[in-house]
Amino acid sequence: MSSNKNKTKNKQISKIDLYKEMLLIRRFEEKAGQLYGMGFIGGFCHLYIGQEAVVTGMNAVTIEGDQVITGYRDHGHMLVCGMEPKGVMAELTGRASGYSHGKGGSMHMFSVDKQFFGGHGIVGAQVPLGTGLAFANKYRENGNVALAYFGDGAANQGQVYEAFNMAKLWSLPVVYVIENNRYGMGTSIERASSTTDLSQRGRSFDIPGIQADGMDIDAVMEAGRTAVDHARSGKGPFILEMITYRYRGHSMSDPAKYRSRDEVNEMRQDHDPIITLKDKILEDGDIDEKGLKDIDAEIRKIVNEAAEFAQSAPEPDPSELYTDILKQEAHA
Amino acid sequence: MPVEILMPALSPTMEKGNLAKWHVSVGDEVNSGDVIAEIETDKATMEVESVDEGRIGQILIEEGSMDVAVNTPIAIILQEDEDENTPVEKKQQTETEQPEAPAQTAEKAPEPETPVIAASPEIPLTNQVQITVREALRDAMAEEMRLDERVFILGEEVAEYQGAYKVTQGLLEEFGPKRVIDTPITEHGFAGIACGAAMAGLKPIVEFMTFNFAMQAIDHIINSAAKTLYMSGGQMQCPIVFRGANGVASRVAAQHSQDYSAWYASVPGLKVIAPYTASDAKGLLKAAIKDPNPVVFLENEILYGQAFPVPDTDDHVLPIGKANIRQEGTDVTIVSYARGLHYVEQADEILKAEGISAEIIDLRTLRPLDMDTVLASVKKTNRIVVVEEGWPVCSIGSEICSSVTSLAFDELDAPPLKVSGADVPMPYAANLEKLALPTAEQIAEAVRKVTYKN
Repeated sequence: MSSNKNKTKNKQISKIDLYKEMLLIRRFEEKAGQLYGMGFIGGFCHLYIGQEAVVTGMNAVTIEGDQVITGYRDHGHMLVCGMEPKGVMAELTGRASGYSHGKGGSMHMFSVDKQFFGGHGIVGAQVPLGTGLAFANKYRENGNVALAYFGDGAANQGQVYEAFNMAKLWSLPVVYVIENNRYGMGTSIERASSTTDLSQRGRSFDIPGIQADGMDIDAVMEAGRTAVDHARSGKGPFILEMITYRYRGHSMSDPAKYRSRDEVNEMRQDHDPIITLKDKILEDGDIDEKGLKDIDAEIRKIVNEAAEFAQSAPEPDPSELYTDILKQEAHA
Repeated sequence: MPVEILMPALSPTMEKGNLAKWHVSVGDEVNSGDVIAEIETDKATMEVESVDEGRIGQILIEEGSMDVAVNTPIAIILQEDEDENTPVEKKQQTETEQPEAPAQTAEKAPEPETPVIAASPEIPLTNQVQITVREALRDAMAEEMRLDERVFILGEEVAEYQGAYKVTQGLLEEFGPKRVIDTPITEHGFAGIACGAAMAGLKPIVEFMTFNFAMQAIDHIINSAAKTLYMSGGQMQCPIVFRGANGVASRVAAQHSQDYSAWYASVPGLKVIAPYTASDAKGLLKAAIKDPNPVVFLENEILYGQAFPVPDTDDHVLPIGKANIRQEGTDVTIVSYARGLHYVEQADEILKAEGISAEIIDLRTLRPLDMDTVLASVKKTNRIVVVEEGWPVCSIGSEICSSVTSLAFDELDAPPLKVSGADVPMPYAANLEKLALPTAEQIAEAVRKVTYKN
């Protein structure tokens, strides 16, 4: 059993680095949307555009070894965990060099190295699974916290409450991050949820929760620190409701009939998380317009290389159809 | 009229028990509801309450008596102005609380004679001890928990209650609450938590009180456990055992009496085990816990109390995916698994009397299926009958008959036949339930058909 209680404190990430991380997610997702339109990406593809501040801010307040698990809107989570853009994009295009060797796709990607546990396609399933990661942390007494992300749609799933109950009962170190982007597919939260303050969904279990502005990375980090510290200190689970917004449809095939263009435009113009942070770092004088342009070029280069790689990399060998169904060798 | 008090059954599966203690003596007045005695089995101890009022006239079975058969008169209650010479009224059962899990009890089907295990290459030649399937399963878990700190068990009533069917008896005491964990009655949630813990590298054993309740958790068994290795390109494993009572219980009706073997056996990414004997239960559960893959381990409530010879070693591990030839024969191959073998052994008595020599194969593992052993046998006997308690449509029998037909068509002298449970939800009424289960006579009849002896 590994026990590493004396880990380094929170990652030291500058505002400029946070800006880069958010911009990478934005540009990556725009490119993924493009490749989908060109037929390189198939099936379901759920873009994270608009919600970048949530994962970026939360990642900044975790320490080495803390785990992340989420649902199928997972590209941002993977990039911020440090997974290679090339490997993620190649998985989206179903290539052998993708993280799951082309067998998982957009919704099912993992990196045990980076402590990213998926990428799960069943709404709500990641909540008990993430609680199980926290169970393992407590079992090993390793001082780590699991972050289980889910959306406002999943917040109505029965298994979420079964997991809440056991997480509190057993004081498991888990932070439930509800990314409330106001629509579960095409159904607004008001039309799906009898109570809409999702931060209070743990009240029956005595799990504390707070709401935060998920479009503002400073607010995300402040709330995130409270939650992660709470869980790490042995007090059990914590619920964070991040009020956020996705600019794009639920998936690429979304007709967007359920909300107005004005609503989307208002969010993009007045609440965009990347523009908000950009204004702050310019104001602080940490960087000038030229510096920002250089960053933009750097990110575009990474994303373009990932896209080119993902389009040209070979598909899995047909023999891969029957590999990795069962693990053959004994479990070490 | 004096009333006889009879030895009560603690559960429908109980046939005999010990009279541990009398709380009354001859001459004592008793009222309805008074505790008059304590009885015990290997699973539980219960107080016996009086149904009748009167005075204890006679104690027929002494305190400390062992193995008292259910319904044996144990005492006589006298009414006013009666004495021990008054003729006795034959009396119905006293009342006891049911000690088992709610709605889980089963009427005892007659226990078969302890079967003789045919020579099996996997069983080492060590001393054998006679233990029950229940003890074999407990020993397997305890031994593996001693060997590997990552192994833990969670489920409903596994810790303080010692297991709804007493399979986890003593584990809490030895391993403590960190590794033997009572859960709330929330299968979906705790199966998911266990899968997450397995993804993080622990080795959970999930006990479902019965597999009927695992329907609540089947999303995690299949979507989270079975598919993870494949979906992650081999990166992420989910080493986990889902175990518990499966199949037909007794008199618990449709929602508590179903065989899920064929369901799980159809899922790539799972291994599925359904043992019959205590030796296989132990050797294969140990293999399942050691295995790096998700394993569905299907037990049977009615078999828990049955004793079989088991090698007397803590190193008894059997290979997953190997069938066992329980009896060699020449005229027909009979394939079955789990409690199906009980009916097959009964049928074999009939067949022997008719001069038919049956080769009896216990599949033991349902995924991967050991078709090599089945096909080799069919090559010898040229006839096959498959027996199971489950439903006939898309069943284990369907799968085997299909494989035999396509892989050994030229070896067959008769069409393969299936004997199974009836294609109905399990009824409650005793007579209907019997009709819904396979019988020795049905098996014998199928064998006569394939051997053209009818």
